Amino acid sequence: MSKELLDLLKLLDQASELELHDVTIEAEELAIEFLPVVMQTMAVTAPEAAAALKKVIELKMEKFEPPVIKYSGSIPEVQIGATRAEGGTRGKVIKIGGETCPPFYRFESPPKNRPIIALDVFDQPIVPLAGPVKSAYKDVLEDPAEWAKKAIQVYGADLVSLHLVSTDPTLKDTPPQEAAKAVERVLQAVDIPIIIGGSGNPQKDLQVFQYLAEMTAGERLVFASATIDMDLDAIAKVISKYGHNLVALAFMDINQAKELSRKLTEAGLPKDHLILDPTTGALGYGIEYSFSVMERIRLSGLMGDETLQAPLSCAATNAWAAREAWMKVDEWGPREYRGPLWETTTAIVGLLAGADMFMMMHPLAAKIVKGLAEILSKPKLDTKLEEIDYSDWVSMRV
Amino acid sequence: MPKILRPLEVYGVLPQTNCGECGESTCMAFAAKVADGVVEITQCRPLFKDPKYKSKLQKALEVTRPPVKAVTIGTPPYQVIVGGKRVMYRHELTYHNPTAIAIDVMDDVDADPLIKRAKAIESYTFERIGQQLRLNLIALRYVSGNPEKFAKAADVLSKNVSLPLILCSYSPDAMEEALTVVGDKRPLIYAATRNNWKEMLDLASKYKCPIAISSPGDLNTLKSLASTFISTGIEDIVLDPGTFVRGDSLAETINIFTMLRRAAIEKEDKSVGFPLMAVPAVVWMDPEGDEVEKKMKESYVASIMMTRYADLLVMHSFDPWVLMPLLVWRQNIYTDPRVPPSVKPGVYEIGKPTDVSPVFATGNFALTYFLVRGDIENAKIDAYLVVADSEGLSVESSVAGRRLTADKFAEAIKSSGLNQKLKKKVLVIPGRAARLSGELEELLSGWKVLVGPRDSSAIPEFVEKVLKKEMESA
Repeated sequence: MSKELLDLLKLLDQASELELHDVTIEAEELAIEFLPVVMQTMAVTAPEAAAALKKVIELKMEKFEPPVIKYSGSIPEVQIGATRAEGGTRGKVIKIGGETCPPFYRFESPPKNRPIIALDVFDQPIVPLAGPVKSAYKDVLEDPAEWAKKAIQVYGADLVSLHLVSTDPTLKDTPPQEAAKAVERVLQAVDIPIIIGGSGNPQKDLQVFQYLAEMTAGERLVFASATIDMDLDAIAKVISKYGHNLVALAFMDINQAKELSRKLTEAGLPKDHLILDPTTGALGYGIEYSFSVMERIRLSGLMGDETLQAPLSCAATNAWAAREAWMKVDEWGPREYRGPLWETTTAIVGLLAGADMFMMMHPLAAKIVKGLAEILSKPKLDTKLEEIDYSDWVSMRV
Repeated sequence: MPKILRPLEVYGVLPQTNCGECGESTCMAFAAKVADGVVEITQCRPLFKDPKYKSKLQKALEVTRPPVKAVTIGTPPYQVIVGGKRVMYRHELTYHNPTAIAIDVMDDVDADPLIKRAKAIESYTFERIGQQLRLNLIALRYVSGNPEKFAKAADVLSKNVSLPLILCSYSPDAMEEALTVVGDKRPLIYAATRNNWKEMLDLASKYKCPIAISSPGDLNTLKSLASTFISTGIEDIVLDPGTFVRGDSLAETINIFTMLRRAAIEKEDKSVGFPLMAVPAVVWMDPEGDEVEKKMKESYVASIMMTRYADLLVMHSFDPWVLMPLLVWRQNIYTDPRVPPSVKPGVYEIGKPTDVSPVFATGNFALTYFLVRGDIENAKIDAYLVVADSEGLSVESSVAGRRLTADKFAEAIKSSGLNQKLKKKVLVIPGRAARLSGELEELLSGWKVLVGPRDSSAIPEFVEKVLKKEMESA
């Protein structure tokens, strides 16, 4: 093909519209030898005509390979609760952890255990409690045992986290023997294992936990939490002596989590009795730090960092610290939906980052998150994707 | 592991003349910013203009291309960029190009309600930490079955709102009809499928528009279509692997998105190295559940998919309570993982405080500062606001984590100069730092320490009922 012709074809290619009278003469000339090419070019009349000319017409089938990688570490499985045969009194035990890949990477392996939901119970009516939460528990606020029963039987929680807020030295400063009454009553009211939470004061919590660990020896409960300024040697010894589990609370800091884990295990806490809580900031109030610290902890654990191989705890309850969750602002919409959704979203962020155990407050949020955890943890799906008419969303009438 | 761009790699492909045209003093400084994703390589004008850097330019484009391509929808100044991702995990490098959120409209409604909804979508805004959180696109759905109606609706939208469009139809005829009207605005063509891809590919090529490839639940076909498109020079692609939410299918949706993103970033599979789109609006196809349940589900499915790598979302619900958690989570997750959003510790004046004005104290988490400041302003009182260094954390977290202590508050007060300046020394600390009040009174002799409300929104009431009396008696 001559250079002139090539130039002409190029020129034609660049034209977005072709007026025939402009090309009459050339076209007649071309018609003899190059008609098919010209016709094709003219028919496309597009800037990419040249590319279209060499267009691949057939779809070449390729195979998508799931991007599986190998992990050198795994997460220990922690058992919460002990039956009579195991030295406790619980009717039911719960297992968390045991991961061998990042959260819900089903193409690598389905989760071994389902993340669990604990609803919060307080040993004294706490102020303030957000309106939508308060209305869910208004009949049981004065009685932790009834509160726990309602959380399990009516709201379907997997377990309860009993927060002994009355022991706080700046509040009632209840002594351990006194706080123990609520624990005993809750343990009698429900047959599932429980989480025992302190006041956040490291000295007082140690005393309370020491007393309660002995009192509930063999029950394999969860104590929350050991913090960096607590006597870690003492807490590790008493928790392991009586066969319980311990949450180590690090304040959004992976190095602090490592330090806690190392010190507690060195002091004798077995690896499969440790749960890490990197602190959950509310959605909009620092949750992204929690998210990133949880992801880093889980990935580091899978990559072989033994100090970070532990199930993770997430206090999604903290969502209620966000004013978007509870404040009455008309243009934000109804609080009875907004609040639970805020807590749900906060928990979901933790769920996707790898959290295994959730402390929550609103029954609806707990129900949604438990439902999601169940779906995500199924070993095999019942639903066949090809049977769902996904593409109909384009034409649906709503 | 992801290939994170290093400053030296970028520096290697720059002219290295330190010409300063980009606004940086050296090519190395520019390279560092490009590696961080703060500026684009295109800002190096000599590289793109001077023919002598032709081979460098070629390399530069290769080196800086993120494993997930950045795709532009719409035209300046209203364009939206989706994708452009370099990492799987937020802690590896700041995520760029926040997930774009589209709200749907139907083509078979009259012009007036169509314009009304579109304008509402466009003007929706929610202010938070000094940022306006907004929606980004309008997804026009082909419901009418009439190509002319589809084109008419696209025309009405493009004449009345500036947000970029997603044209949603599997019919090449309807798509072409609409593209003849709005094709010059670079809408996203949704979608090429196994059945219509040849025609849609032609349209994308003819109108130079980005195009979504939809292959619900079938990743082999998705990948094959993308490869085929790439081989014809079409690379402004968005991938739609399908959003399944019914029953337990959501688990597989998450699985698929995760596989695609990891294949793109950690296995460098170029045929899936494109932005991903999810359609939480599919919850509205489910016959089960009432309206509120659907809205809730749509919101949390959207948050899940955004966390699991969706670069573009199509939603139907348009209620503030549905969108707020999503917009706030987007704002959160797209921040620099190394730096908490914080303000400088120090004394801030609110109104015109004098030597008998009260002092409020709080932490230096940016959100805390903005909220407290606004609430003191609402109380219509002249005051000082002392911001102590809580290491960028909220008051509650930093007090619990011993990052914000009585010592820190006392130090902030002492270094503020207020000790000498004030005749009345009244300090209001946050309700969430109540446990520090005793220790603080010991550390600050001559000061009266009051515990303020747990949430700063109650400051106006606190000022009326408590603070004013305390100031009189001080």
